Amino acid sequence: MNFPVTVTVTLRKGIADPEGATIERALPALGFGGVTQVRAGKSFHMMIDAANEADALANATALAQRLLSNPVIEDATVRLGASEWDTP
Amino acid sequence: MTKIGVVIFPGSNCEYDALSAMTALGAEADFIWHSTHTIEGYDGIILPGGFAHGDYLRPGALARFSPVMGAIADFANRGGAVLGICNGFQVLTEAGLLPGALQKNRGLTFLCQPTTLIVASTKSVLTRGATKGQELSIPINHFSGAYTCDDETYQRLIANDQVVLRYKDNPNGSRDDIAGVSNVEGNVVGLMPHPERAMSTLLGSDDGRVLLESFLRAPVSAA
Repeated sequence: MNFPVTVTVTLRKGIADPEGATIERALPALGFGGVTQVRAGKSFHMMIDAANEADALANATALAQRLLSNPVIEDATVRLGASEWDTP
Repeated sequence: MTKIGVVIFPGSNCEYDALSAMTALGAEADFIWHSTHTIEGYDGIILPGGFAHGDYLRPGALARFSPVMGAIADFANRGGAVLGICNGFQVLTEAGLLPGALQKNRGLTFLCQPTTLIVASTKSVLTRGATKGQELSIPINHFSGAYTCDDETYQRLIANDQVVLRYKDNPNGSRDDIAGVSNVEGNVVGLMPHPERAMSTLLGSDDGRVLLESFLRAPVSAA
């Protein structure tokens, strides 16, 4: 079975985020008020062929930690489902 | 004669500079393609600057999985001299051969300029010929050069004298002005500045020589 999985990678708490900080500073000039913090990150949307949800999650978690994120500076969260995609 | 291997990943672009710096200093040097599984007969290995695998995902993230990296890890673990310059430094941190990580520059600016470095440790293969406190003019050329690590790693770096070079005027937001670090043993070194581009006063500076000469005369046991 094919399971949609989304991996979100963000900088760890305490690690400087120049991209997020730059966006944060730019927002008032663009007329967007009320935003008190911005953290930039990446998301990865995958279809994973596995026997069940648990296996799909385990596979995604392993690759998120080994490849998609650098644990020295980043956290990866893995969840089933991908709002951008419908299961084929 | 000392023989140095310069690794080429798809997207490396400083390999010829590194090679010519080595031959200018009297070493023998040749290229090693990244898909090579074994490396033999080398006294030292250089991972040059560039954009290995397009820097996709993160600089060094994909290069770390190139077949040659297993052989380089073995070489390093046997005490072989390994030098990562710029992108090569990023590859070495991603591969876990050096501590910490390189983040996007403070201010999100690509920096290409001369910098003044201060030799912080002479324990490493790159700096053993230099003097502690010595100032060197060496250029940088990077977008992701801000050295980052957690507090525990930082304490270990200081305790083990692993900070090799610092910026005199921190250009990129690196923690504690760090421009280069080594492993505990000092045989694996990475730095963001380009010593291979500081080989001649005609081109601005020849301060890279003292570093690369150190690298060449490092006693090696791995080959």
